[in-house]
Amino acid sequence: MNIELTEATWMEDAGEISLARLAELSGLEEARLRELVDYGALAPVDPAAASWTFSAECVVTARTACRLLNDFELEPHGLALVLTLLERIRELRSELQRLHAEMPR
Amino acid sequence: MKYKDYYSILGVDRKASAEDIKRAYRKLARKYHPDVSKEPNAEEKFKEVAEAYETLKDPEKRAAFDQLGSFQPGQDFRPPPDWWKQFAEAQPGFEQHAFEDIDLADLFAGLTGRGGQRARGRTGAIPGQDYEIAVQITLEQAYHGAELDLDLSLPEYDESGLPRRVPRTLKVRIRRGAVDGQKLRLPGKGGKGVSGGRDGDVYLNIVLAPHPLFRVSGHDVYLDLPLAPWEAVLGTTVRMPTPGGPVDIKVPPNTAAGRQLRLGGRGLPKAHGGAGDLYAIAQIAVPGTATPRERELMQQLAAASTFNPRRHFEEGT
Repeated sequence: MNIELTEATWMEDAGEISLARLAELSGLEEARLRELVDYGALAPVDPAAASWTFSAECVVTARTACRLLNDFELEPHGLALVLTLLERIRELRSELQRLHAEMPR
Repeated sequence: MKYKDYYSILGVDRKASAEDIKRAYRKLARKYHPDVSKEPNAEEKFKEVAEAYETLKDPEKRAAFDQLGSFQPGQDFRPPPDWWKQFAEAQPGFEQHAFEDIDLADLFAGLTGRGGQRARGRTGAIPGQDYEIAVQITLEQAYHGAELDLDLSLPEYDESGLPRRVPRTLKVRIRRGAVDGQKLRLPGKGGKGVSGGRDGDVYLNIVLAPHPLFRVSGHDVYLDLPLAPWEAVLGTTVRMPTPGGPVDIKVPPNTAAGRQLRLGGRGLPKAHGGAGDLYAIAQIAVPGTATPRERELMQQLAAASTFNPRRHFEEGT
């Protein structure tokens, strides 16, 4: 069987993406994404710009938001809070991993 | 088709109210949702729970599920002949087809029009489903890049409208520099879009496998460097493994245990140029059993030395 080779792309390689593209890739409606920006869980590159753009890594957060929204039926403020806490956990985990790595066995 | 008992998966009675079903689902979702859970097999477990809830929360689908009859979980079964007419929107005559490779979840997802068309309130083009999978790579693969074979089983709709599981192998190149927690995307490799909808994507969550020697934090790599007491005092040059191959490292005289010797750029490469650092952490090792000669020399050293490693105890600081 001839299997074609697929190149895995880095999220950040996509550069900046529009609100519409973020909606398409994450499965969240634009209105929902705007709410997440309002509540501080998602940050556009320039919040003052006429049309928002986002770093492509925001897709990961927006996709998590979409899953949490569907699976837990959360309201926007609760969703933003969960996302903020998950980000905090991610930071703490990577800090913990660094400390473990630095600790001699 | 293999039977799954959605009621027992949620731990509810077949006569449970919609409210009971919701409550049972929420409890299990909090426990197993992969975004919040630390349980082993959380993802697999949540998939089952979500699949069960997806069907039982919708009165129409729940009725369709109840009409399938009751079987043992995992038992091969066929829906009763009139079931298709009543619930499914597939082409006439397709109940004659083979059902072995149909998954119950795909069948119920199809009941609201392929992939939940009605549920999402969309008309026309329906994008294909995205998939997220965890991929474990070794430190060597992170360093050099890797080609991996990923086995996926995605539902595809056949000409009679039945969702069939089609096993597919994706050969994926991951270029050097992927680290733990990295997300990569395979555009268009997920579920097929319907009626002009875009094909879904596959997202890879990279997990770095533990290494017997190296400990990794981001792109930085840490390694214990055991030294004999005399090596630590006198200094030495040792050959040391690094992710890119062995290097000779100069250990300066009077190296205390815990001291980190940094080798810039000898950690894991970064995808967009540069690399993390390698840190060798000095440790003082002692022989399991010292030879008589070693003991004798140590005794001489002990007698001659004025070094007091615990002076700060006496000074109280």
